[in-house]
Amino acid sequence: MPKGMVLFDRERCKGCGLCIAVCPRQVLSYSGEYNQRGYNVTRMEDPDRCTGCAFCALTCPDVTIEVYREISPGKGRSNG
Amino acid sequence: MGEKILIAGNDAIAEAGIRAGCRSYFGYPITPQNELLEYMSAHMPKAGGAFVQAESEIGAIYMCYGASAAGGRTMTSSSSPGISLKLEGISYLAGCDLPCVIVNVARGGPGLGNIAPAQGDYFQATKGGGHGDYRMVVLAPATIPEATELTMLAFDLADKYWTPVLVLVDGVLGQMMEPVEFCEPVDPTTLPLKPWALTGAQGRPRNIVTSFFLDPHELSEINLKRQDRYRRIEAQEVRYEEFETGDATIVIAAYGTVARIAKTTVKLARNEGIKLGLLRPITLWPFPYAPFRALSNRVKTILTVEMSAGQMVEDVRLAVAERAETPFYGELGGIVPTPRGILREVRKYVSYDAENGQSF
Amino acid sequence: MSVMTPKMVKVFERPRSLADIEFTYCPGCHHGLITRIIAQVIDELGIQERTVVVGPVGCSVFVYQWFRCDGIQSAHGRACAVATGIKRVNPDLIVFTYQGDGDLAAIGTAESIHAANRGENITVIFINNQIYGMTGGQMAPTTLIGQWATSCPEGRDAGLAGYPIRFAEIVAQLDAPVYVTRQSLYDQKRIRATSRAIKKAFQYQVEGKGYSLVEILANCPTSWHMKPVESNRWIADEVVKVFPLGDLVDRG
Repeated sequence: MPKGMVLFDRERCKGCGLCIAVCPRQVLSYSGEYNQRGYNVTRMEDPDRCTGCAFCALTCPDVTIEVYREISPGKGRSNG
Repeated sequence: MGEKILIAGNDAIAEAGIRAGCRSYFGYPITPQNELLEYMSAHMPKAGGAFVQAESEIGAIYMCYGASAAGGRTMTSSSSPGISLKLEGISYLAGCDLPCVIVNVARGGPGLGNIAPAQGDYFQATKGGGHGDYRMVVLAPATIPEATELTMLAFDLADKYWTPVLVLVDGVLGQMMEPVEFCEPVDPTTLPLKPWALTGAQGRPRNIVTSFFLDPHELSEINLKRQDRYRRIEAQEVRYEEFETGDATIVIAAYGTVARIAKTTVKLARNEGIKLGLLRPITLWPFPYAPFRALSNRVKTILTVEMSAGQMVEDVRLAVAERAETPFYGELGGIVPTPRGILREVRKYVSYDAENGQSF
Repeated sequence: MSVMTPKMVKVFERPRSLADIEFTYCPGCHHGLITRIIAQVIDELGIQERTVVVGPVGCSVFVYQWFRCDGIQSAHGRACAVATGIKRVNPDLIVFTYQGDGDLAAIGTAESIHAANRGENITVIFINNQIYGMTGGQMAPTTLIGQWATSCPEGRDAGLAGYPIRFAEIVAQLDAPVYVTRQSLYDQKRIRATSRAIKKAFQYQVEGKGYSLVEILANCPTSWHMKPVESNRWIADEVVKVFPLGDLVDRG
């Protein structure tokens, strides 16, 4: 299972919770922290379980999520 | 200049549009302007332009809105009830500062009215009609050759001031035939490019055409800029014709078909010794207030004649104030005044000096 | 960095054609998601520099702001006529409209149907969320029977207000359209299907094939008075019963 990571644009998150619901490995949760607009923003509750499947990013209506995935040596692109 | 051809008003206006470099026309059938649409259906594709018979007058004006935003010279035509439907779109064109030429071959109203010629759309044309603070240049030809010239001018004014321009005629001018010598056609590829046109955001920042500004200050600023343009139009684009006004004691104010008829009245009146003249607004907006003001200082009477219950007469009275008497004579329902009918009206305001055998 | 060390690569980021501006939509609203999908399709097809967005009136009135493309605002309902005008004078442009159910299927019925019937080579993205969101939650032509809205406080009554209008089916009766489909976004599978449908619709336009309509069953958590997750479930359980998913026409 590849390892993944997601980054949130905290100030654009509206705390709708769709990413939390769609994550197949229950990686995400509400952080209990509020951004400047007053929304309870999402965070990675259990980062080790993230596979970088990008379901969260493909669901997010506000395009706040970037997804990274670990590429095994030899399979991934070389950054030269 | 080419040869003289005998052509009907509706056809001539359509041909003038194509010669002005217009390469898209969108319309919907309504009497008495159908020949204009039919002419376009045959000739616009031959000129390499787009012709669409739209689902409605509303559809047609928004096709013009899109075509204009894409940068091309575009045109639509209709008759009174159809122009009512287009008013929303005309407001949007004005709100986005988009050029467009609209032709109204006016008919009797209100409501469905009839298909006879009328001038009941003066208020609609010159006082807004649609919503919001906008103006529209309104050109009112009185002959078919003039209709072709003014249609070509309409495209130039629309592009110069980025505004919709209305050519206002009526069923008489739309249907009658006259000999016309057309101007040389304009090559649309030689027209100046419009920097705001939607041509694809390639090598430049995106262009957005909109009239939607939530910030009151922003909307106010855009409106004030547009008003400045309207003031420039008022200063530079007033057009009118004076006929036999030099020694006149009484002057008829009339436009379009009625002005044409009134010219005959002037000749008849002068045969009887009545010093009658005619002041014919060619631009209904901007209205020639100054010439009327000047006349009002030296004539006794300015008689406004319209095929309406009295619309342009309000602008005449605004110009004249109380300096001269400003009676009105109108025919309604599609009735066209006759030269002698107007003359009978003129005589009411003429006193006869029996001693000197002069009318004044 | 050692050659043997696994490295993290970016597998999802903001599409290039999407302007870096925050959406004005409510939390959980599908409008943002649809906008992102369209931007991604524009990127994938490499058509950003010749695409023109034709906007509606409604919650998505600012749609032309979200794309790094030329854009134009329309009066309520007139987007398909505006798109017709643009496309007819410049057929090299890729022109799409983005319209809600009130805009496309109520006030703009005539413009929408006749653009389809003429087979205009444009793409129509139709967001059917069964409610008037921007004006505060009034009944739409697509509101379900019995569904509450601020202008049908007892729920939509077919005797008074008729039935939800199936616009994709109406357009599918016409001979000209090349692609008519209804999609949704309530789960991953459906999101991917919607992306494929939108891409196909734009691809057909690029190839000059003609008119496409992509109807998308979308949510309105605010006016439905539901949490976003619940709104997805409502679409999956109730809305699709009235508006069946899938391709109705594909003449590509």
